[in-house]
Parts: sequence; C-alpha cells; structure tokens
Amino acid sequence: MAVQTRSHWQQARVVETEDVADGVRRIVLEVAHPEHAAPGTHLDVDLPTPSGRQLRSYSIVRSEQDGRRLTLSVQLSPASRGGSKAMHALTVGDELTVSGPVQSFPLSVGASRYVLVAGGIGVTALVAMATALCRRGADYELVLVGRSRRFMAYLDELRAEHGDRVRVHVDDEGTPLSVPELVGEVAAAPTTTELYMCGPIRLMDAIRSSWAEHALPETNLRFETFGSSGRFEAEEFRVRLPQFDRDVVVAPDTSILDALTAAGIDTLSDCRKGECGLCLAKVVDVDGTIDHRDVFLSRSQKQRCANLCLCVSRAVATDTSDRATVTLHLT
Amino acid sequence: MTLTSPQPAAATVPAGPSGFSGPTAPVTAAAKIFNHPRNAWYVAAWDHEVTGKQPLARTVAGVPLALWRNAEGRAVALADACWHRLAPLSQGKILGNELQCPYHGLRYNATGRCTAMPAQETINPSAVVPSYPVVERYRYVWVWVGDPDLADPTTVPDMHQMDDPSWAGDGETIHADCNYQLVLDNLMDLTHEEFVHSSSIGQDELSEAEFDVTHEGDTVTVTRWMRDIDAPPFWLKNMRDKFPDFEGKVDRWQIITFQAPGTICIDVGVAKAGTGAPEGDRSQGVNGFVMNTITPETDRTCHYFWAFMRNYCLDSQTITTQLRQAVHGVFGEDEDMLRAQQRAIDANPGHEFYSLNIDAGGMWVRRILERMLAAEGRPSAAPAPGAGV
Repeated sequence: MAVQTRSHWQQARVVETEDVADGVRRIVLEVAHPEHAAPGTHLDVDLPTPSGRQLRSYSIVRSEQDGRRLTLSVQLSPASRGGSKAMHALTVGDELTVSGPVQSFPLSVGASRYVLVAGGIGVTALVAMATALCRRGADYELVLVGRSRRFMAYLDELRAEHGDRVRVHVDDEGTPLSVPELVGEVAAAPTTTELYMCGPIRLMDAIRSSWAEHALPETNLRFETFGSSGRFEAEEFRVRLPQFDRDVVVAPDTSILDALTAAGIDTLSDCRKGECGLCLAKVVDVDGTIDHRDVFLSRSQKQRCANLCLCVSRAVATDTSDRATVTLHLT
Repeated sequence: MTLTSPQPAAATVPAGPSGFSGPTAPVTAAAKIFNHPRNAWYVAAWDHEVTGKQPLARTVAGVPLALWRNAEGRAVALADACWHRLAPLSQGKILGNELQCPYHGLRYNATGRCTAMPAQETINPSAVVPSYPVVERYRYVWVWVGDPDLADPTTVPDMHQMDDPSWAGDGETIHADCNYQLVLDNLMDLTHEEFVHSSSIGQDELSEAEFDVTHEGDTVTVTRWMRDIDAPPFWLKNMRDKFPDFEGKVDRWQIITFQAPGTICIDVGVAKAGTGAPEGDRSQGVNGFVMNTITPETDRTCHYFWAFMRNYCLDSQTITTQLRQAVHGVFGEDEDMLRAQQRAIDANPGHEFYSLNIDAGGMWVRRILERMLAAEGRPSAAPAPGAGV
C-alpha cells in the first residue's frame, strides 16, 4: 500500500502478447517476486534498446494471482525513444528486468464522486482504478477519449464491465470531448469530485486550465504523466553548453538528459518524467520554441522560459531555421 | 451454530525465504508469535486522544500512523512518514485541514495528498502519503491498514455498550509487552482469575464449573455459569451498590464473545441465587460488560483498550470511577503475567505450546485468525526477527 518511489528489481517472463488496438500490444508478465499491485501502480522496465539500456515506466493494467501475473499495454510510438519498439518486439518466453509495483498515482478512499479521464493509451493507468471503484460501490464515471476507435484499447471490455458509467468521445466520429463541459459538470455537482486523468499533455493541460478557471481545489485533480507527450512532435535539436564549451545533438527518440549523459556530462535527475524539478537547467538563449512537457514549472514560469527540465523538455525549430538550438547553463 | 470441542489447529510455516506458498505440514497446534491480519478494523485510539491540536503517533498492525483531526472534526490516519524524506508527520503541526511536516513544511490534506511544497510554484503530482480508512464508533477511532478496497464500515465489531445510554462506564489503555494473541488467550479463558486475581474476582468455583464453547462465522462464545456460590469481593461490592442490604449466595455468569480479529466483550454479573438469572431474569442481579479490543502494534507488543460498562446506577460517577480503578488493578495483574509469559516464550525458543481443555475458546480464535491470514496469503506464525517480511 505504501507509496513507493523505488523498489527491488526482479526477473519477469513474458507469458502472453496480443494486439488489443492499432499499435497497442497487451503484454502479460509473470514476475519472480509477486506483490500486491494496487490501482495506479506502474512497473519500471529496464530495457535493452539500440541506444543502450533505458528505463521505461508502464502502468499495470491488471494484477492477477496476487501480483504474479501483471498485464501491461504498450503503444508503439512513432517517435519512440526505443522503449515501445523493444516492448513490441517481445515474444512469449522472453525474460526482462522489472521493478516491483511502484505507486505514484494512488486512488484515494472516500471521495464522494470520482471521474476518471483516459486519453488514448492513458487508459492503462485507469483500468484497475475503475475496477476498484466498481467493487467499492463508489460513484464514478469513466471518460474514454481517443482519436479513433481503432486506437482505443480496452474499449469493449470497459463498456462491458462498467456499463452506463462509461462515456466515450471519439474525434473521428464527431464526438470529441468538450473539456469545459466536463469540468463544468464537476464544478456544478453538489458533491466533491476527484478527477483522475492520464493522457496526452494537451488534454491534461486543457483540464488543468479549466479546473483552475472554475477555482476547483487543485488537490482534487490527480494525474500521472510519463513526460512523453508535448505540444509539438519530437524533432532533433541542438543543446549548447558554453560552460563546458560543448554542443550536444538531441535526437527525436532521446531526451536532453540522456543525450548529455551519453556525451559524458554529469547531471542530476530523479523522477525522469518532469515532476520533481531536480534536473532543472537555466535557459540562456533559444533559437526556436521550447516544448516544456513537464508539470514542475507553473504556466507563468514556462512563459518566462528561464528554466527547463532536462528529462522531458524539448525544442522545435521555427520556420526560419531547420533545427532549434537551446543554450543552457547546468547547475 | 455448532458446539464442539476444539481440534488441534493446522498451523503452517512459511515455505521458505520467498514467502508463504500455501498449507504445508502442520508443525504445532499453536504458533507462539502470532501474525496479525491486515484486512481488519483495529482501534487506533480513544476518540478523545485524536485532536486538532497535536498529532498522535501510534503504530497499528505494524504500520506507524500520524492520527489527527482536521478543521471539520474528522479523524484522519496518515502514514507517519513524509513523502519527501520520511520525517515523522506525527511531530508536525495541524493547520486547519492540513498536517504540516515538521522538517520542510510540506503539507498534506486528509486524503494524504500534498497541498504545499517549499520553494516551487507547482506541486509534484506524485506527492502523496497513504491515508488509511477511518471509522469513529463506540468512542474509538478505528483504522483499516490493509487493502482499502475491502474496508467496509459495517464490519466494525459491535461494542455498542460503549456509547449506549442504557450503559455507563469508562476504561483505559494498556500498552502490553506481548503478542496480541496472548491477550486474546487470556480473555477467552477466565480460569486464570482463580490464580492471577485471587483477591478480587478469583474463586475456586471458576475451575470447577463446566463451560460451553460455541463458534459461528468470525465469532466464538464461551459461557460459564457458577450457581449458588459466594460472591467474590468485587461482585459483593457491586451487588451492594444496587442492593445495599444484600447477603447470601449468588449465581455468577461469564459469557465471553470474541469478534475477529481482536475484540472480546464479556457479559459478566451475579444475581441473587435461584432468582432465575440463568433462565434470563437478571432483575435481581448486577450486570457488567468488560469491553476489550486488542490492537497489535508489533509482533511482541499490543495496545489493549478496555472499559467496564454497567447497566445499573447509571448516574453515579463514583461507581464509574470505583469500577475503573478496580478493573485497573485486576488488569495490572494480567499485564504483569503477560509480560512475564512473553519473556519466557522468547527465552525458551526450543519449547512449544501445548493445550488444555480450557483453551477451547482461544484455540477457536486462532482458527479464525489463521483463516483470515490465509485469505491474505500469510502464515499464522510471525516471521522470525530479521527474516524480513
């Protein structure tokens, strides 16, 4: 139950794989040291990728047999940093190194009402929560948002399990989610609602803005981010470090943090998903646009753009140049 | 309802360092250091101990808690370790609806969500400490430290005499230096009164009288009637509180009811001999309920919450105080014995427990606890110190 931020490493064996939507693969692991995986937990996976070993986090969709069988679901990302490609390449019998269940998105007990908002593959973080709320007899609503039905994993399963409590919004069917409407309903409700969300940063930013506009309590808005989406598609950019007299190129499938580490530059980091602020660097100059992608800096801090998070922030070129350049000063 | 004599319980041992892997060979009828279920309501504190002024540090079923009351008057149980660097929140400050960490000032609301962080404009979305389900009932704050999805408030053990207007009384807490199961054993068999409490409630008839043991679901009942006997000093005093001129023999009863995992309410009393108390007419007697609820703290310590409630002379604070003091004296004798027993258990690791016929009630209690532990995938014997969990 404890909120863990670190856990032991163990071996896991792939026992099932199956495509559950376009580009989404369900991977069932059997772990060597099972422990209870509460709703909201994820596994850290130590993955061998072409650019070396990389740490990736995937939500635990289902935990069965007291945590021995854990289901993950991974979307193949076109701008994959190598993680999703490696996960999709797994076949039954493969072994990999994983953590125990890590909890950084716990489901609270006793809220009057719960709204769970899943954007795309973000559904993986909310499946177990919805099941827990159903079992508790809680008042909840599950909002599933996607670009197209064929990309939406677990849609039929969730509708079967939760019936009328599921609300589906699909862009290409002309039923996109209206964030102001959704948050307006929360604000108008007579009871206190906790909203849990996981999805693209644009969806989460929209909900956060609307939440603030309605002056809803910030602490009733719960979210998890893996720092993997931004306002812009990932592209290659250059980082200049005058203090070391170095230039480092950041490829679309890596982060500034990983690129600096690979270049032998010593950096501090902890969460690697834009939450803790430990990897914060000073922005000296920008040729292009910063895509912050973190949740550590406030909106006004992002506008001032004096800092960025090395673990998730990127840069994109403006029309006049082919590649953005960010000049940073590291602490 | 079944009426039986106890069979040796099939206790099991851990399969190995990796943990419990289902029933294996029975090794002993009774684990000496008993594990405690986690999926259960335990009393963490008396309601008056949990305040909005200062948090209370208390460990329940191995889980250190910071207990406090927010501005709405709601009792809250948070893990007693800040998300950041694990400083004890119980040493922090209550600020309205929030508890502030004493070290770097991070604040938490009743759900355990962090609401303030120093030197930054946002709050890390991962910053949460566990908040455990709490129910306030029967003058106690009950906490569930297991899987919160299973915490059903309707399963809080019935201790309604604690705040029912037809009962009056009060109690205390003993911090007992023994495994909680030893206290349950103690209360399920009152034969020991004859030897441990000879000056107050003990008498020879206790070990001479027959007793019945029944069990159903998660409850066990031990019933003992002693007819036409002299009232021991404690009960003679109580009879004379209600019947000032009372002389003569009494019929005495002890009806012990266990509710899993740690509550034992004992219906006790005496009535003028032959006036029909065994058949249900207690009007010529005095009736009390010894309310006990035991909360494991560690494998070798527990919180023993007790109260003595009565249904006569309800307005007399003098009697409330006298009864509390009398039971305080009696339970002090138990506390000494339980501590000595735990020391002897630890000093004699090669020796096992053996059972007597009088242990039937306590052995059914163990059976129920073993079943609860098995449902959690855990063995009945607590892991040896240093073996890890």
